Amino acid sequence: MEERRKTTTGSDQHDHDHQAVPSDLALRVKAIESLLVEKGLVDRAALDAIVDAYETKIGPRNGARVVARAWVDPAYKKRLLTDATAAIAELGYSGGQGEDMIVLENTPKVHNLIVCTLCSCYPWPVLGLPPVWYKSAPYRSRAVIDPRGVLREFGLELSEETEIHVWDSTAELRYMVLPERPAGTQHMSEQELAGLVTRDSMVGVAKVTAAKSGAAP
Amino acid sequence: MTAPDPKIDAERLATLPRIPRDEGGPVFAEPWQAQAFALAVKLSEAGYFTWKEWTSALAHDLKAAADRGEPDDGSRYYDRWLATLERLVAAKGLTDPAAMLERKEAWADAYRHTPHGTPVELRPRE
Repeated sequence: MEERRKTTTGSDQHDHDHQAVPSDLALRVKAIESLLVEKGLVDRAALDAIVDAYETKIGPRNGARVVARAWVDPAYKKRLLTDATAAIAELGYSGGQGEDMIVLENTPKVHNLIVCTLCSCYPWPVLGLPPVWYKSAPYRSRAVIDPRGVLREFGLELSEETEIHVWDSTAELRYMVLPERPAGTQHMSEQELAGLVTRDSMVGVAKVTAAKSGAAP
Repeated sequence: MTAPDPKIDAERLATLPRIPRDEGGPVFAEPWQAQAFALAVKLSEAGYFTWKEWTSALAHDLKAAADRGEPDDGSRYYDRWLATLERLVAAKGLTDPAAMLERKEAWADAYRHTPHGTPVELRPRE
């Protein structure tokens, strides 16, 4: 290797001879992973499958399909509100850590908001992984203390008559919000409706609007 | 369920930090976060610890970090996740801190000695 250590173009040339050393955090993960894989405690392919699933396959789209089905099928909605875990499994979404799901219906009188005050429990099978703000201390503490203020920060102004219910998720119990179906969507198909449903609306920090602004799912 | 407290005074609310927002962007900022996430999920699925154990250990670490005054805006969430993972795999006897440290150094060494464009492999130990 010594022959490759050219000095002609300056001292940083040496850096190009080998690979950039990852951050300390990345090295620590590599250390645990390689030790446990070596011992046969975890399978690398299974780890990759999880990463891939959460990054690409699972996500708020699953939840959006659940919501759209509930909007068009009253019998499904009833099952969803009485046994969410089973109703969600009907659409093929299950897994996570074996926790139970509860779906909370938003109405003109009651607005539901979900949080995990202790860490970041979140309904992964339907919503994917939580956004950064969901995991932040300000959200975790303020959602309980000042839900109306939190919603305002998200651009959602609720009337004083609307009751806000805040639900604190746990390792065993995860919540998802069933947002209100927006007016003027009677003509829309289930699939089109699913396209309107956002992640934020299923956490309870937004409402679903008929005119979807912005990004594709 | 928690009912909102109507008696919160405005002054106290004003001191509450604002919530970091996102644009629905990637959930993992860096690949190592996804790897650390997958390890915890897989080890729990394999029965080395329950998910309840995991969340209570993580909650404990998050709180300890907040008590130390470390920023807790969600940006360092996976730093804590990793610390919890290291603590729990050691507590469960799956590996130990000395082995993790040694292996980390071995990886750093491998990166330093692998020419650009070549896959990084751990070098055989002497």
